[in-house]
Amino acid sequence: MQLVLEKRAERSHAIALVSPLIAIGLTLATMVILFAILGKNPLLALHAYFIAPLTDAYSLQEIAVKATPLVMIAIGLSLCYLANAWNIGAEGQFLIGAVAGSWIAVRTQGTDAGAWVLPAMLVLAAAAGALYALIPAICKVRFGASEILTSLMLVYVADLFLDYLVRGPWRDPHGFNFPTTAEFDPVATVPLLIEGGRLHLGSIIALLVVAAAAILLGRTIKGFEIRVVGAAPRAARFGGFNADRLIILTFAVSGALAGLAGIIEVAGPVGHLQPGISPGYGFTAIIVAFLGRLNPLGILIAGLFLALTFIGGEQAQIAMKIPLDATKVFQGILLFYVLACDSLILYRFKLEFPNRQVTRGAG
Amino acid sequence: MELAEAIILSVLAASTPLLIAATGELVTERSGVLNLGVEGMMIVGAACGFAGAWLTGSIFIGALFGIVAGTMMSLIFALMALGLAVNQVAAGLALTILGVGLSGLIGARLVGERITPAVHLSIPGLTDVPLVGRVLFGEDAFVYFSIALVVGVWWFLYRTRAGLVLRACGDNHVSAHALGYPVLRIRTFAVMFGGACAGLAGAYLPLAYTPFFIPGMTAGRGWIALALVVFASWRPGRLVVGAYLFGAVTILQLHAQGWGVGIPSQFMSALPYLATVIVLVLLSRARGGGSTAPAALGTVFVPDR
Repeated sequence: MQLVLEKRAERSHAIALVSPLIAIGLTLATMVILFAILGKNPLLALHAYFIAPLTDAYSLQEIAVKATPLVMIAIGLSLCYLANAWNIGAEGQFLIGAVAGSWIAVRTQGTDAGAWVLPAMLVLAAAAGALYALIPAICKVRFGASEILTSLMLVYVADLFLDYLVRGPWRDPHGFNFPTTAEFDPVATVPLLIEGGRLHLGSIIALLVVAAAAILLGRTIKGFEIRVVGAAPRAARFGGFNADRLIILTFAVSGALAGLAGIIEVAGPVGHLQPGISPGYGFTAIIVAFLGRLNPLGILIAGLFLALTFIGGEQAQIAMKIPLDATKVFQGILLFYVLACDSLILYRFKLEFPNRQVTRGAG
Repeated sequence: MELAEAIILSVLAASTPLLIAATGELVTERSGVLNLGVEGMMIVGAACGFAGAWLTGSIFIGALFGIVAGTMMSLIFALMALGLAVNQVAAGLALTILGVGLSGLIGARLVGERITPAVHLSIPGLTDVPLVGRVLFGEDAFVYFSIALVVGVWWFLYRTRAGLVLRACGDNHVSAHALGYPVLRIRTFAVMFGGACAGLAGAYLPLAYTPFFIPGMTAGRGWIALALVVFASWRPGRLVVGAYLFGAVTILQLHAQGWGVGIPSQFMSALPYLATVIVLVLLSRARGGGSTAPAALGTVFVPDR
């Protein structure tokens, strides 16, 4: 028995729509088995993961808060992936954005700096994220160095740089020797949307980013160019589209969005700079981008879903002592199923039994 | 002199996991498959390898656990990238994300446990020879195995018919298929070999490098191994040079910290990663765009019948 792939004459639109749902269903089925292996009641675990967080207002806000960086980063990544540029170092661009924006917050701490502080932090973070993303992009375009490896190596560098700052020059002198900066001043903090709640302005910014990306991809020549270069590089060359320039552009935009997400996270939910500000947002955003079919609206929904897995994972840990790493396993399995189901759009799967085949080469 | 000896010994130890993982990936890539999941396979290999040794008290069984775990992980990748024709870059990333989670799950109970690390060879007379004795005859078995592995792979790729067929698949899968070679089956074996090596390389870390397990202990070594394959321009000989160079960079930063050089430790720790970026750029520049990569590397192949 052999699995055979048969190319479809046309992309299957029906499957393109339902494949993320099939993927989620298969992932849930796999997780049930995994929970059983861990010796936990699978139904209770699924409830803790996917239902419990949806039942109270606090968790709902928390889902939106977690989805904010995921959606912003994934939108940027989707532009790269559409243009066939493989930025997988968003985690590093996120951290560098957080560091660059925090610089203003740290420098103005305790002074009566005005309302310019937060906007300046956002702009600087986006610029720093973009510049950091340009390193692998330029190495790729100028020298042909694999952007996959260089962007990823820079994640470790950014991580160590942040670690150095909060343990050294930026450490809070009153912080009991913990590696963290002092709490940011109110002018350096992202405002909350609901008094006493968790939802903050960053979620609005994320929605604006989604809208902007939808317009860019659906209504502009640049968006068309990105798609053509990614889908049909030869046709793009004949059309006079410059793939190199597009790599630079998509990397810069994607880095800027990751950097912006970084400072919003630090100046919002976290409130100060410290190691571990990201539970792997930059990597989870890769899953969000693919689960959302590299489509802005899809990414918004996928971002909320992955945020649910983070919050659900925490609840499952508290309620049932399920290790937090189960969430990462869930996310990895989900990405596999999403990719496998995508294959169904282009191919038809068939099982073939070789002994029943007509002898080839006869006549 | 004792310091020089200690440095050489630690360079060899730091290079060995890189060399083993990169050798496996070199075979995978030579067959035309780009498996970016090395880090994921390594980290699961580390957790399973430590679990095996901790349960049985045997380093050998620990290493076997690591090999089996890496191979199982690579089979998931093979099913996706070869069986279902999924984009190899995306499938490799998924494998790493999954591997990090799995290793955390498997290793949760192992944190804080200790084992007796792999013994070092000791031949009376030879190991005691000054200068070269300890370096040549005083390593752990993994170090000798890694050398044998590279030599074996070199011999296989360039001196056997099977190696020629494997390279043909990597350079032109359409022609190899037309000649009647089972491209997908050959690639599956190459991916499994890469997985076995990555699993063993991961297991080396808790079995010989340090006697304990911590989550995330591979610390990007899988990615550096991927870069080493590019560095070596897909040739086993150059791989040895590259792996030892990178091992030296890793050790350099450790010793610089010990000597109290006035540079913050984080900057020294960033050295291997920065070195990887710089090396990739310099190499790509030197080649001036002309790539020495297997021509079919990373491309999807669906047999047309």
